[in-house]
Amino acid sequence: MLSTLDSFPARADAHPMQPRLYRAHKRHRETPDTFTLELEAAQDDAPFTFAPGQFNMLYVFGVGEVPISICGDPKRSNLLLHTTRDVGMVTHALSRIKRGDVIGVRGPFGTGWDVERAVTRDVLIVAGGIGLAPLRPVLYSILAQRERFGHVSLLYGARMPEELLYMPELQKWRARLDLDVAVTVDRGTRHWRGDVGVVTTLIPKAACDPARTTAFVCGPEVMMRFTIFELQKRGVSDENIVLSMERNMKCGIGLCGHCQWGPHFICRQGPVFRYNEIRDWFALKEI
Amino acid sequence: MDKPSNFVVERAAFPQLFAALDTRGYTIVGPTVRDGAIVYDALRGVDDLPIGWTDAQDGGVYRLARRADAALFGYNTSPHAWKKFLYPPAVRLTHARRENGAWRVMENDDAPPRYAFLGVRACDLAAIEIQDKVFLQGAYQDSIYAARREPAFILAVNCAQAGGTCFCASMGTGPRATQGFDLALTEILEAEQHYFLVQVGTERGAEVLNELAHRQATDEEMARAEKILLETAQHMGRTLDTRDLKALLYQNYEHPHWNAVAARCLACANCTLVCPTCFCSTMEDVTDLSGENAERWRKWDSCFTMDFSYIHGGSVRQTHRARYRQWLTHKLATWIDQFGTSGCVGCGRCITWCPVAIDLTAEVRALRDTETIKGA
Amino acid sequence: MQTLEPILAEHPFLQGLAPEYMQLLVSCASNVRFNSGEYIFQTGQAADKFYIVRQGKVALETPSPTHGELTILTVGPGDVLGWSWLVSPYRWHFDARVLEVTRAIAFDARCLRDKCDANHDLGYEMMKRFAQVFIERLEATRLQLLDVYAVHT
Repeated sequence: MLSTLDSFPARADAHPMQPRLYRAHKRHRETPDTFTLELEAAQDDAPFTFAPGQFNMLYVFGVGEVPISICGDPKRSNLLLHTTRDVGMVTHALSRIKRGDVIGVRGPFGTGWDVERAVTRDVLIVAGGIGLAPLRPVLYSILAQRERFGHVSLLYGARMPEELLYMPELQKWRARLDLDVAVTVDRGTRHWRGDVGVVTTLIPKAACDPARTTAFVCGPEVMMRFTIFELQKRGVSDENIVLSMERNMKCGIGLCGHCQWGPHFICRQGPVFRYNEIRDWFALKEI
Repeated sequence: MDKPSNFVVERAAFPQLFAALDTRGYTIVGPTVRDGAIVYDALRGVDDLPIGWTDAQDGGVYRLARRADAALFGYNTSPHAWKKFLYPPAVRLTHARRENGAWRVMENDDAPPRYAFLGVRACDLAAIEIQDKVFLQGAYQDSIYAARREPAFILAVNCAQAGGTCFCASMGTGPRATQGFDLALTEILEAEQHYFLVQVGTERGAEVLNELAHRQATDEEMARAEKILLETAQHMGRTLDTRDLKALLYQNYEHPHWNAVAARCLACANCTLVCPTCFCSTMEDVTDLSGENAERWRKWDSCFTMDFSYIHGGSVRQTHRARYRQWLTHKLATWIDQFGTSGCVGCGRCITWCPVAIDLTAEVRALRDTETIKGA
Repeated sequence: MQTLEPILAEHPFLQGLAPEYMQLLVSCASNVRFNSGEYIFQTGQAADKFYIVRQGKVALETPSPTHGELTILTVGPGDVLGWSWLVSPYRWHFDARVLEVTRAIAFDARCLRDKCDANHDLGYEMMKRFAQVFIERLEATRLQLLDVYAVHT
């Protein structure tokens, strides 16, 4: 028996290492190598509540476990959504999941974007590649209470047009009058009529008042570094640049040691950090 | 300083301890000679203890040696640390079974062992206290550690000698056990006498002591023990200057000395495995041939492996330089920010068991002596 | 005829330019409009103009025998289009194809080069502004080269 001892304070999740069973409701391809899994509880009906930016550990029985950010609508607690890229053994196994298959889920873990702190402010959501997935719940949250925020822009960059996530939704968002959506790709061909250029080129043109702007940034670390330069150039302060970091994770609860980044456990103090908290570590190599 | 509850147990009465612990249902583990070293393992009785043995330790060197006397605890640190009992090197976390095509996670109903630890050194007590902080006092607690830690009976033994790689005095963790034990002994051998000065730490400890023939200690006996511990403290094989150590390391991430260490470091992970506080683990997935059973095992891991920091695209810490820096900086600096304490207890194991004799006290000294960016 | 000066002054590239320089620029400038699909310039042609874009979108392309036209960059409102006019042999290295109806101010390159040669203060001012554009483009190109979203194998 895995017992919690009386002499130690009880925690919210007494068995954080025990996976709960979830059934695949749907899996659909987003791009040639990414897909979205829709999961529903197979064990109990307890609603799954999470904050935008948090992640789950997804466990394929006998294969392994991977940390994947939650990319669904926090308000729709019956379906758990994860978009991931088929790049490793576990994500490959996930990419072959069929409707009805059962996997294990642990979570939600980590810190969220804290959308509440951006209320009344202008918001820049800067996403690179699959980095849009952990930011999508931010958009859902903001759009559900749009009047509480100032100007809101989504700046999204990807490698090629075929690698853009959530195309139907992007088109819907683009049609909204209360949301600016700018999409750019690093490489374009004649079929692509949108912007070509790196995502950072969208920042100088984004409508916002830098003094009252919160930027939520997620993408590869190099992309985030250049994004920070551009945001700083515009005058967005470091404490209002919020980003999500990635490191190896095995447990998700700060005990396995893998995700250490200087004094931070990315799974606990992160993955979402304010830039002013991590500035010094962000600049160091091989940390 | 006067200790209120000091008793004497004669060597002849010591075997009674095993019976007292045994009747209480403890699995008794402690030092024993095996494979050319003093390791920690299950003990059947006093004869399993390393009677008359000691060890000689230095950077990259460990040798068993005969003592001139018949001391039970006349050695220094073991290559083993108590963490192997509290935080097992391999433990099954999850067992799932597929029944009629549906996966079911099985209840893990193995009763955790109730250990009695015999011969816990002050440095190792400090290490257990540090691992308590890691595994029990954060937002999430490790239930496997908790289940073993809470019932564990701890019999500490103060160090009557310092090893060649010991520096507990620098770290403020020893050589005297001051807290966190049920009973603490100081072994005294002089002339024809062989006895243990016993300090009681808990009610549970007092109950066990009551089953051993014992008497109140005299002032002379207590003074004798004091003298032994004082001498031990004065004969540490190593020293570490801990002043502003966190700042020193935080300010020297790019110090050229890391390259010098990296040139020697084999990234073999020995230091992390022998370290009594290192707590990193990885997960391993196991299936049987039928594919009907899937298990997840937690195993000790080390920040010295390439895989440790792997994310899609490659490992974050590619070089030995980065991995040694991570280990040392974690141990002595970031640990303080994470858990409010240094991660080093000065046991010296990492120095003894490093195959190329890298000595963290020397590495810190080198950083300090050639510090490029002066700390405040 | 309405003078182009207020339009020039609004454009980010010329923001804060001293009025005397602005007047010099105006004499080399003209208002232009291009329809979707039109080429503003093509590879190898004489680079006798440069543009500051007010509206629309222009793709900088280069043809590839196997991939068709590859787009290097798109430029839009607030951007500068073309710098081959600045350096010998004054020839365009890319095609500029209009994606969306584009309004811009075109500057006659020879006119501007002559003015800069005659007035080095103006020349310095223009060089500073172009240097900014070069650096931004170079940085963006570097990031593009890093191919940060690629799958690593």
